[in-house]
Amino acid sequence: MNTEFLEFRGVSKRFGAVRAVDDVSLEIKKGEFFSLLGPSGCGKTTMLRLAAGFEEPDAGRVILDGRDITDLPPDKRKVNTIFQSYALFPHMTVRDNIAFGLAIAKRPKKDIRDEVDRMLALIRMAEQADKKPDLLSGGQKQRVAVARALINKPDVLLLDEPLAALDLKLRQKMLIELDLIHDEVGITFLYVTHDQAEAMSLSDRIAVMDGGRIEQVGAPAEIYESPRTSFVAAFIGDTNFLEGRVQDCPDREYCRLAIAGLPGILCFNDKSLQPGQPIYLSIRPEKVHISRERPEEEPQRNCLPAVIEDVIYLGANTKYWVRAGGYRIQVLRQHARYFLDERPLRWKDEAWIWWHADDGFMLDRFRKADEGLLAVPPRSVGEPLNGK
Amino acid sequence: MGNEGGGKRTEFLDSDISQKRGSEPLRRTSDGRSSESAPGRRFDPIFKRPGLRPRRAELLVSLPTLLWLGLFIVVPTLLVFVIAFRPANPYGGIGGGWTLDTIRALGTPNYLTIAWRTLWISLLTTALCLVLAVPSGYTIARASRKWRNRLLMLVVVPFWTSFLVRVFAWKSLLHPEGMIKKALEALGLVGPETTLLYHPAAVVLVMVYTFLPFTILPIYAAAEKFDYRLLEAARDLGARPFQAFRKIFLPGVRRGILTALLVVFIPALGSYIIPDLVGGPGSEMLGNKIAQRVFTDRNLPHASALSAVLVLAVLAPLIAVLVLQRKNKKADIIMGEAP
Repeated sequence: MNTEFLEFRGVSKRFGAVRAVDDVSLEIKKGEFFSLLGPSGCGKTTMLRLAAGFEEPDAGRVILDGRDITDLPPDKRKVNTIFQSYALFPHMTVRDNIAFGLAIAKRPKKDIRDEVDRMLALIRMAEQADKKPDLLSGGQKQRVAVARALINKPDVLLLDEPLAALDLKLRQKMLIELDLIHDEVGITFLYVTHDQAEAMSLSDRIAVMDGGRIEQVGAPAEIYESPRTSFVAAFIGDTNFLEGRVQDCPDREYCRLAIAGLPGILCFNDKSLQPGQPIYLSIRPEKVHISRERPEEEPQRNCLPAVIEDVIYLGANTKYWVRAGGYRIQVLRQHARYFLDERPLRWKDEAWIWWHADDGFMLDRFRKADEGLLAVPPRSVGEPLNGK
Repeated sequence: MGNEGGGKRTEFLDSDISQKRGSEPLRRTSDGRSSESAPGRRFDPIFKRPGLRPRRAELLVSLPTLLWLGLFIVVPTLLVFVIAFRPANPYGGIGGGWTLDTIRALGTPNYLTIAWRTLWISLLTTALCLVLAVPSGYTIARASRKWRNRLLMLVVVPFWTSFLVRVFAWKSLLHPEGMIKKALEALGLVGPETTLLYHPAAVVLVMVYTFLPFTILPIYAAAEKFDYRLLEAARDLGARPFQAFRKIFLPGVRRGILTALLVVFIPALGSYIIPDLVGGPGSEMLGNKIAQRVFTDRNLPHASALSAVLVLAVLAPLIAVLVLQRKNKKADIIMGEAP
């Protein structure tokens, strides 16, 4: 099962002056739930349309199960799509919509009826079989779209932001359904989304895309825990970026960083960087600890004094914005309401933050454009508008 | 609680964060599979339509129109029906008393030939118009914005010239000494003896030319609203381009096609000028016969009887289409689409 099944080989596609997909190579394994994740305009939907056959690549090949399908029209590809808008045929009943692929293939009437009944059972919509799509709710339309695609037994199912039109609760429900369907039918899913939560919770592997290129491919945990680029770090989850350079490497595993205002920060050196190299240190808010008392010194512990600037109650946890050495750093922390001996941290309180050197990661590239992805507010709340 | 920083500020940052994070992390629960409730409530407004009040207001608003239509359309039409049962007098007027002779005279083979010809010319015209207009409407709707306007302009441009002038233009084009005839002759496609003019084919040609814009416009209007992703979906599900066009696009623009059908077929049945100018004696239509009875024979009851037949012939398909549309609409209402 571990062989590549759907393959993009050096695929490029331009629209006018825009490089929607820029020399992308990607291998998706059989039976995998693979997600293309990225902001809008990153080329992920174009990748999907290239796989479906709605677009022809300017360069490169698309291979499916060892066969070059680059020049095949959509109707000749064993690939089916679930569209963001569902694209159900409005003049047909649910049953006829689902039967469409088989009817086109001129399958015997009885076969079609049996197959459609099986699909209706799979999506639990047998009672709505004779309704027109207009009468269905968003989630029901979604399920009909899934059934209509799956009945053709495609080699790959392409899903183009299929949950974008649904509200949050329904989206969560449909996510679970999609996952169950994937487990049940066992075909390869190529899922396009801009929602990291969707991608993380469903995927076996994720490719993070930006500007028509793939930034990183990996399992969800891999992408979250060791992002290869600043873009990935900033796009997936929240993070703090600290700009500096490598000062020296006391041993092979750790680097000491020179960050203005924050001397002597240690970081795990996973990229074998050399002293002098400019870097960004990225540290996730939930990896940073905070307390009123100074923690014990430990060899790989980075410990900084900080002032609390904002406290944001988020329900499951609380986010603190603290000022340390001129940087605004966000810290995420579970509530400690029942530790009655501890006074809660408040605005303008002094505190200590610390994190283990292994929890930070160094990134070498940070583009101006990525700044929009950071959750850092431009200024502290309560500061005058024109004040720095 | 550790958030005494204040409510307002929390909101600001909260929204910031939720925007970035998108949806909450997902959790699998056993009850997560239950399906959402069916949208049954949507029916209510239709059954709960308030009483008579709005109806009375509606009636009041449409009263002037109803009066106008009644006075200038319904009454004259009824007069035509009445006159058909009156005898003619020798001075071109209407005599006293009642007679069924005129109606009986309509059964003569001569009239039947003309009625049949009127019908097939109109049907052929309608069919040709639709065959030409559906691809045209599709093409215009799919063209880029710039080209769409240019193409629509081209459709509308003929209206800048008087209809009569355009028919005369066709007459001179088709004339034995006209451009088309000469060109076809030069290409060796027709002999010098062939006449293009004064032939039912010439009538159909000019009728198609005249009615084509009226067919293209409603079909374009429907095609413009059509969701072309449906065609992609059909292709994705294995349909060849033409299959997708036939099974998805045509049903999708059926309203436009129905409108186009009416807009061509009804005026075609009553056409008079076109067969009069480019058609010969062998391509007379009911309209010509009516004109002949009025202007040449000065027999108003006869003309009225013919007109009554035409009115009925026009009303029949119109009512059929209206009933069909109402049925569709009713189905749509049941399906939850706004009426």
